[in-house]
Amino acid sequence: MSDLRELYQEVILDHNKRPRNFQKLEGANRTAEGYNPLCGDQITVYLRLEDGVIREISFQGSGCAISKASASMMTAALKGKTKAEAEDLFETFHNMLTSDLGVTFDPLEVGKLAAFSGVREFPVRVKCATLPWHTLHAALEGKGEAVSTE
Amino acid sequence: MRTINELAAQQTMRACSAGFDVERVRQDFPILRQQVHGKPLVYLDSAATSQKPQVVIDAVTRYYQAENSNVHRGIHLLSERATELFEDARAKVARFLNASDAREIIFVRGATEGINLVAQSYGKMSLTAGDEIIISAMEHHSNIVPWQILCQETGAALRVIPINDDGELLIDEFRKLLNARTRLVSVVHVSNALGTINPVKQIIEMAHSHGVPVVIDGAQAAPHLSVDVRALDCDFYVLSGHKLFAPTGIGIVFGKAHLLEAMPPYQGGGDMILSVTFEKTLYNVVPFKFEAGTPHIAGAIGLGAAIDYLTEVGLDKIAAYERELLAYATDALSAIPGLRMIGTAKEKAGILSFVLDGVHAHDIGTILDQEGIAIRTGHHCAQPVLQRFGVPATARASLALYNTQEEIDALVRGIHKVTTLFG
Repeated sequence: MSDLRELYQEVILDHNKRPRNFQKLEGANRTAEGYNPLCGDQITVYLRLEDGVIREISFQGSGCAISKASASMMTAALKGKTKAEAEDLFETFHNMLTSDLGVTFDPLEVGKLAAFSGVREFPVRVKCATLPWHTLHAALEGKGEAVSTE
Repeated sequence: MRTINELAAQQTMRACSAGFDVERVRQDFPILRQQVHGKPLVYLDSAATSQKPQVVIDAVTRYYQAENSNVHRGIHLLSERATELFEDARAKVARFLNASDAREIIFVRGATEGINLVAQSYGKMSLTAGDEIIISAMEHHSNIVPWQILCQETGAALRVIPINDDGELLIDEFRKLLNARTRLVSVVHVSNALGTINPVKQIIEMAHSHGVPVVIDGAQAAPHLSVDVRALDCDFYVLSGHKLFAPTGIGIVFGKAHLLEAMPPYQGGGDMILSVTFEKTLYNVVPFKFEAGTPHIAGAIGLGAAIDYLTEVGLDKIAAYERELLAYATDALSAIPGLRMIGTAKEKAGILSFVLDGVHAHDIGTILDQEGIAIRTGHHCAQPVLQRFGVPATARASLALYNTQEEIDALVRGIHKVTTLFG
């Protein structure tokens, strides 16, 4: 059970149960869709991007606790961030998830997203945590096509 | 707490499966002896792929150690031996399915390739724009996409038999779909996502009364039921070896000889020809016309060994045992609060698909894995049928002859862990 508690930390379970910014965003000027064909997860990320700043962000879709909590916490972390800051945080987050076990993180850099460090021990679940971020990236780039984790 | 009556019923159940010794069967499958995450492996994912008995592993090993050679070509002893073993395997499959002639058995990579073969050879030969193909709402992607491709190529249209909330085909709707434009019906024998056993004999009779041939996808049926292609009178039947305790990469198409003879080749290459010149090529006879290139010889031999094994254990005994186990598991899972079974047909085989309130199937899968329990989660390559039930994914426990009631109990305990964690 200890490994599972690492994966399903309270904050993740909370965001899964009560996802933040979980609605369609009226007035969004960027959207993108992401799919994980392996498990059928689907997410849509909505942005209102102004002068390179994420003024508003939300998401909709269906997925496992990890992907849903990741999307919820991503939206909470990115409101008011610039496009460059968002891409930097994605890179930091991705590095954390794919790094070797035992590597520690600067809590200032990852903030609350540190809750996802336990995903490292479950390699098949890394895609669940990164799907919202890949979708965000597509929305920021303004590419119209759907993103897939495969 | 179980009541005395329940315990008595259980005793009766055990007595019914007399003649089937599951502990002895388990000894035949070496992979089951291992631990996963420190817990004994509970393998409930046989619908994805089945485990292999030692006799199958031995047959494949023996082939590579002592018999390896190419088939249908060599004049030397090893080639003769390999050819004999390969053709023996074909004959075993023919007997297993009660086909009248081994020529009616074509070796392919699996059920998927089998359906593609029928679509690209028989389908392309017989369909033109405006024709219709009927499939069902519970098909695996492998019995949807090949027909969609064929429809795109020929201008034919796909029609879908709807299902009810239990996951049973609506036969009256099927009757309405059959018409003068129908050229082919292709339905699954046992649904991989729901476990429904379809009334294929009735479907075939109905289609034949309109002069329409029928393809049956038997990938999930063959491991659980005895299949008699002559009694069914199906025109094509496909199955995958790896779901039938044989190696991956081998499967078969059964086709009625007169249909196979009329069909053009599926792929071109060696072994499927009688003679080749740059001006004209003569194709080989059935079934070799459909087997271009060196086949999966070891796989076919392994499939033959798996069929011998199943025959020895007894398909009827296996079916009876699995029926009891499925009933036990259905009762045990249905009693879990917040659990909803997806697929509650009266006639079912070996599949328990379910969703849990507030928990995604993927999370169920991860938590059970930590308990050593292997299940499948997701859409099971059958997205349309899950859409029909309004769920993006299910957790699926699937049974085989080596599963036990104790393993079902472990599954139930595992699911209680899931609900505790997500409570």
